[in-house]
Amino acid sequence: MAHGPAKGITRWLYTTNHKDIGSMYLWFSFTMFILGGIFALIIRAELFQPGLQIVEPNFFNQMTTMHGLVMVFGAVMPAFVGLANWMVPMMIGAPDMALPRMNNWSFWILPFAFAMLSSTLFMDGGAPNFGWTFYAPLSTTYAPPSVTFFIFAIHIMGASSIMGAINIIATILNMRAPGMTLMKMPLFVWTWLITAYLLILVMPVLAGVVTMMLMDIHFGTSFFNAAGGGDPVLFQHVFWFFGHPEVYIMILPAFGIISAIIPTFARKPLFGYASMVYATASIAFLSFIVWAHHMFTAGMPVAGELFFMYATMLIAVPTGVKVFNWAATMFRGSMTFETPMLFAIAFVILFTIGGFSGLMLAIAPADFQYHDTYFVVAHFHYVLVPGAIFSITAGVYYWLPKWCGKMYNETLGKTHFWLAFIGINVTFFPMHFSGLAGMPRRIPDYNMMFADWNMISSVGAFLFGAAQILFLYIVIATIVSGRKATDQVWENPEGLEWTVPSPAPYHTFSTPPEIK
Amino acid sequence: MLKKAHGLSPWLLAPAMLVGSYQALAEEVERWKYNMPVGVTPVSQDIQGLHMEMFWWCVGIGVVVFAIMLFSMIFHRKSRGVKPAHFHESTGLEIVWTAIPVLILILMAWPATKSLVRLYDTTEADMDVIITGFQWRWKYEYVGEDLSFFSSLSTPQDQINGLAPKGPHYLLEVDEPLVVPINQKIRFLITANDVIHAWWVPALGVKKDAIPGFIKESWALIKEPGIYRGQCAELCGKDHGFMPIVVEAKSEEDYRAWLEEKKAAAAALRELTAKTFTFDELYERGEAVYNKSCAACHGAAGEGIAGAFPALKGSAIAQGAIDKHIDVVVNGVPGTAMQAFGEQLSEVDIAAVVTYERNAWGNNMGDMTQPVDIYNHKQGN
Amino acid sequence: MKLPMPKNPAHALCIKLSALGVAMFVFAVWVMPPIYDVFCEITGLNGKTGKAYEAVPTSVDTSRTITVQFVAMNNEGMPWDFAPTVQTIKVHPGEQTHIKYLAHNKTGKDMVGQAIPSLVPFKATNYFHKTECFCFEQQPLKAGESAELPMIFIVDQDIPAHIKTITLSYTLFDVTDRFKSDIFASLAP
Repeated sequence: MAHGPAKGITRWLYTTNHKDIGSMYLWFSFTMFILGGIFALIIRAELFQPGLQIVEPNFFNQMTTMHGLVMVFGAVMPAFVGLANWMVPMMIGAPDMALPRMNNWSFWILPFAFAMLSSTLFMDGGAPNFGWTFYAPLSTTYAPPSVTFFIFAIHIMGASSIMGAINIIATILNMRAPGMTLMKMPLFVWTWLITAYLLILVMPVLAGVVTMMLMDIHFGTSFFNAAGGGDPVLFQHVFWFFGHPEVYIMILPAFGIISAIIPTFARKPLFGYASMVYATASIAFLSFIVWAHHMFTAGMPVAGELFFMYATMLIAVPTGVKVFNWAATMFRGSMTFETPMLFAIAFVILFTIGGFSGLMLAIAPADFQYHDTYFVVAHFHYVLVPGAIFSITAGVYYWLPKWCGKMYNETLGKTHFWLAFIGINVTFFPMHFSGLAGMPRRIPDYNMMFADWNMISSVGAFLFGAAQILFLYIVIATIVSGRKATDQVWENPEGLEWTVPSPAPYHTFSTPPEIK
Repeated sequence: MLKKAHGLSPWLLAPAMLVGSYQALAEEVERWKYNMPVGVTPVSQDIQGLHMEMFWWCVGIGVVVFAIMLFSMIFHRKSRGVKPAHFHESTGLEIVWTAIPVLILILMAWPATKSLVRLYDTTEADMDVIITGFQWRWKYEYVGEDLSFFSSLSTPQDQINGLAPKGPHYLLEVDEPLVVPINQKIRFLITANDVIHAWWVPALGVKKDAIPGFIKESWALIKEPGIYRGQCAELCGKDHGFMPIVVEAKSEEDYRAWLEEKKAAAAALRELTAKTFTFDELYERGEAVYNKSCAACHGAAGEGIAGAFPALKGSAIAQGAIDKHIDVVVNGVPGTAMQAFGEQLSEVDIAAVVTYERNAWGNNMGDMTQPVDIYNHKQGN
Repeated sequence: MKLPMPKNPAHALCIKLSALGVAMFVFAVWVMPPIYDVFCEITGLNGKTGKAYEAVPTSVDTSRTITVQFVAMNNEGMPWDFAPTVQTIKVHPGEQTHIKYLAHNKTGKDMVGQAIPSLVPFKATNYFHKTECFCFEQQPLKAGESAELPMIFIVDQDIPAHIKTITLSYTLFDVTDRFKSDIFASLAP
């Protein structure tokens, strides 16, 4: 018997509906994005000029740490989970996720975890100040008291991710509409299936490393303490065994989104669907054997360095295959350049540039000059901001009309795109130069030779921040007073989500659709 | 029209103006440093060559791929009335654009492997230097020469806080540089005292993590005399950005002369330790030591930083028993950021700074302490 | 072995995936550190010289000389005087050599120290055998007490030809809080 959603706050507290939960994840991630962005702007304000003008060095370290933690665990990951919640059941013709109550629980522990993490800013000794990569012993013996709350927050957030991943796999493997074989699934579903396995394999390793930290700090063990026979470098190995697959967790869903958008606006099927699936799987597999490329200067033996160098270089192959396939999708299509397509094309170009700096970083001897400089900061911001963030933005513009039944304003959308595109390039491109010129990471002050690049980056950062406020306005204006959207929204898009009305009804595919 | 100046055609000035503006541009370019330095060691030059090679490979591939995409964006648009094609797979193409990148990677990996093996070869060194990272300074020890010293940032706090104009080597200058000879293979033995640091000098092509409890090797053979500056390259706490490295490479004769001078100075300092100083001598010397080594945390006027570093003005320690005060400076306070300065500062300097702290900013204890008292304290008497 | 699984295949999959998650946690905490230690021990890559070596009588290779350097350092908050009696020594492979480090607790408190060895080049680690070393155990020193800390080592005859210099460093850590009550109790007459 059909009924609408409950009324009031209890709707959101107790909902088991994948659309509601998806919306909550997306709003939560946007809030975290703004919070992490504020931390970034404090950093860039201090780095606008040489000298210490605004913050103390210890607070600056708290800002860089919290910016990283909030963006990685609070913005990017929950945003992808939100998109998965909204879209995966509809894309496979399922009525909801496999475990709807666990789905609710996965979401609601997140605001709790991040409230606790944010509250560390006001604790004695301040927030975590040891970088989002929290190497021991800076994060154990020398950590502020808030480190225990940091560990607790990571555990909770990790549990949320693991539960979400289990839910996604169970949904995809058991609840596809009859006729939807694995090789007929949209690529977004494939990339999320693979990402979910990565999450289950490596989030527990993160839980393990923070547990070992907790034991070293409070229970007298010596995992990472040389005095007791341990080794700080062991921390790095275990952390990066999680950390490298983690960055692929943050980009594989992006590949899926782009693979949905480009074919729609090129009016041409995705080129090389099977290759795209195999390439994604190869990237996921390779991601497990490259972790020590984050540790080239830690004193590993040369045979180890060579192995990790070769394995890391190899990842360029399946990644390149994907870029070529997107280009081939565009080639001889009939393209229009609405906002989602603008963000998607910018993704392909700018993510590829991030990939090039990644390939340069993979060259181990050269990395001795790049490691822990702004060259690395440039690399990962290119793959994460015009990479992951642009793909999420593209996905929001693409699917928002389906979610709320209203079209966004195309002129404003394009304005947002160009402000963001100019903003991120002005912010992050100069970092290649300051890094090559010799500027280390995580410093609040620097010599004059880096001044010009830093000033330019800071201007770009504020521009990019302003663009996000415009984005917020656009989304709210669409929901409140956008023009009514059609069911198809775009011109003949592929996918089951376009066969339901806009806005999508509260319950979709209560009876499975027919798959041809 | 331009007037003739001194009877000479103004156009003769043009080359002068061109050269002048080129020089101005060259200075501008010097400011806008944008690439990895070639450096002065075989390793740094090797790495720079590799870097540029990889860069051009990436530019080449990028140009090709982006050109194809740009072409599509211009010519394959609906607004040109183009009808979309339907092709959506080609096994042949997938094989080609998998195989070609693999070949390119092999071409990249070969020189990279050779460079890495060379970078790792620390055998047959002519001299060894032990480098220890501390929060937040470096210590250098010349193996076999009975010489070791600390090397700390020497940029005055006033420059950092915007109260004085910044010098050209702002944040890249130290009180005691690491002096080494050119044309000798120098092996660096790198470790840390507390947390992980990293010793990095771009011009030498050397970067190595400093891990507490472990020793790691690196090496350099410097081909040109000069001053080479670097920074700590691993987040190590509050002053990670304020512990630079300065290496001064001298000719072999100049290096030997410097070594003799340094050892003589160390001997002289040992003699000074036996001397008795007046209050004014201690206070004046102590003020200089304080500004260099203590003010960054405890404030130029002893005011500290609320919630982080205690004030010394009116503090229980500076106005309490002098023995306890000396102990805090010599041995630090375990579990806090207060380092043990016993090894870093000489007995003369410690006696001076303790005297200064007890009498400055209105503390006015009226007492003082001599270097021999510090020496005795260190011996446990 | 058939374990009881829920009938709903989705729920059964969830149980299996949860088990996989738990297994990865167990792997990270109980398997990765020992694997790391064993790998380092077997290959010597990390410079951690191992436990006591049972010396077998062997001839001395006088055709080769290896320079062994000794380095001492104090970790933060460890105020003892700690230094080797010789900084460099030349040895032949197969020759048993004695050296000493001197330690002096110049504080007014009883303390316990732990010396942690680290050796470079890594390839030499497995060829550097210590039959006796003060680093095998904690070192208690009462207030003001000094001690001569012996170390006996043999460089293995099979050490690769290209290794001509070995540097052995000891970092002295303060482990008083962990071991004080046990050690001083056992030393009581």
